[in-house]
Amino acid sequence: MRIVAVTACPTGIAHTYMAAESLEVAAKAAGHEITVETQGSAGSTPLSAEELAQADVAILAADIGVKGRERFAHLPIVEGPVKRGINDAAGMLAEAQAAVDAKPAEDPAAKLDTTGKLQANPAMSSVVAPGYKPGKGAMLRQWLMTGVSYMIPFVAASGLLIAIAFLIGGPEIATKVNGGAFDGQTYKPIADLSDIWGQVGIAGVLFKIGNLGFTLIVPVLAGFIAYGMADRQGLAPGLIGGLLADSVKAGFLGGIIAGLLAGAIVLAINRVPVHKNVRGIMPTVVTPLVSTLIVGVVMIAVVGSPVASLMGSINGWLEDLNGSSAWILGGVLGLMMAFDMGGPVNKVAYSFGALTLAGPTGNQEVMGAIIAAGMTPPLALALSTVVAKKLWTTEEREAGKAAWLLGASFITEGAIPFAAADPLRVIPSLMAGSATAGALSMALNASSPAPHGGIWIIALVGSPGLWLLSIVAGTVVSAVCVSFAKTVRRAPAATATSSAGAAPTTLTTAVQG
Amino acid sequence: MTITTADLVELELPAGIDRARATAILAERLAASGRVTDRDGFLADVRAREEQMATGLDGGIGIPHARSAHVAEASVAFGRSADGVDFGAEDGPATLIFLIAAPDGAGADHMKILGALARKLIHAEFKDGLRGAPDAAAAATIINEGVGA
Repeated sequence: MRIVAVTACPTGIAHTYMAAESLEVAAKAAGHEITVETQGSAGSTPLSAEELAQADVAILAADIGVKGRERFAHLPIVEGPVKRGINDAAGMLAEAQAAVDAKPAEDPAAKLDTTGKLQANPAMSSVVAPGYKPGKGAMLRQWLMTGVSYMIPFVAASGLLIAIAFLIGGPEIATKVNGGAFDGQTYKPIADLSDIWGQVGIAGVLFKIGNLGFTLIVPVLAGFIAYGMADRQGLAPGLIGGLLADSVKAGFLGGIIAGLLAGAIVLAINRVPVHKNVRGIMPTVVTPLVSTLIVGVVMIAVVGSPVASLMGSINGWLEDLNGSSAWILGGVLGLMMAFDMGGPVNKVAYSFGALTLAGPTGNQEVMGAIIAAGMTPPLALALSTVVAKKLWTTEEREAGKAAWLLGASFITEGAIPFAAADPLRVIPSLMAGSATAGALSMALNASSPAPHGGIWIIALVGSPGLWLLSIVAGTVVSAVCVSFAKTVRRAPAATATSSAGAAPTTLTTAVQG
Repeated sequence: MTITTADLVELELPAGIDRARATAILAERLAASGRVTDRDGFLADVRAREEQMATGLDGGIGIPHARSAHVAEASVAFGRSADGVDFGAEDGPATLIFLIAAPDGAGADHMKILGALARKLIHAEFKDGLRGAPDAAAAATIINEGVGA
């Protein structure tokens, strides 16, 4: 038989090529013709249209999404993890043979239409290798990492633009662009973007670009989580679901939900057997339509309203808390700021502070505590990537460099890439430090008359020394907590002799090759 | 471009070590040769890869690896263990361990040579040659000749 195959693995330097070699050797030994496309780091020679058209069967040995999977829609597919391609190439070939034998005689014209484009073959069947089940934890982490690595450039570009805007335009630039009150001055928002140059200059332009860019963070996270799960079919429902997560103020945690949901729905739809007349329009019309509809309705109806009522009740609870000790209020606000970094809980805390600032009492201490608590998470992660760098991947350490400036500018979102990749370890650690910063700032009567700006409003802050002290204390607390949390079950390889090897057993035993 | 040297070969890994330790020993060799610029950073990248999926393969092979910003040149450090080190393969511990270091953002040439090495690992005569290599220099020669360098 004639076989086309794709091999792919996460790093693309070893397994991809081993599986390719193994399949080629086994196919040659059994007298089959095979062409393998290695989707690895060395670049690959794509399968030619001719090879695809003449093939009898496709073998996919991959641990990550196969690029251009739709090219095999006309073929029976034998699929398994990349390790199976290495360890059991003969078994995959036998399955491929069985799939070819099981296929009824076909109409050769169905393979290529008049334009030479591949058409769906009515006899298409999919043979998925039994036992292809990487562990749930490993899969989940991989999906989240896919979303996070696509998200990081958006956070860095947008966040740094905002920080630069603060640097050259002063912290009031945000209010000048979006409107509102800043240190007793009221500004009207820029209504027409074409006026922005004339009204607020280059700093305003930078701020606007960054500010708008930020609205893409959650959609991109959600979209590429879904992409990691279901390849390009996941992108539309994921991005739109993420956009809705943002609209219903569900933050990045809502975005993770949207992304996972979108991916799962696409995968589920692809399992439903459909009539051959519909099959051709499934990937381009039906799947995106149905999956987007379901994700969208869930985000609005199932996620949206509880988030709204949650925000309402937390706000009421904060009002009650307002009368108690200042440090308790500061601590609670700190916990909230770090919980979801731009999500609903964070937003309630922030607007509580902003309303207090604008309200009849004109209390500035609440805002001081909130800014301190919001600066802490990125700063703490930046610190941890420097002092405990072996706990972080290269990508995270690069993100850590930007996080210094993002944290200093009160752009709490700088912590999201770290939190989204490993929420259970990172979020509680960040909450501890932000609570420390918030409680200290309140207890020490530091105050801010400005609703944002981070370190750049230091000249306006009341008791700036004590305010900085709160921020540093919170940063250290979070950095210590997160560094410690990261060592739990993930001991550093350089020092560990037993724990690291034994640690990720749930992950390592997950793949049955 | 050679991907390994005798200095990067450790034919007698100590008994009773785990995969983190074995990886660290080999990474030390890469760092000492200057092919890895930051041992700890590189190890973190290798560990992140290892946690996605264990790199042990049937037939006593372990291939911890990473693309990392801390790698200067495409390299492989080779370790042999008489007792075997568990790399998560189903058929038992690995006796031949290849720590593969790929520079981040490197050109296709670096990657091709590592791809060639990976392809060699399938072949029994290549593995048998390494199992029987009398000294580090001989093992390094087998690997370099195997990838055609």
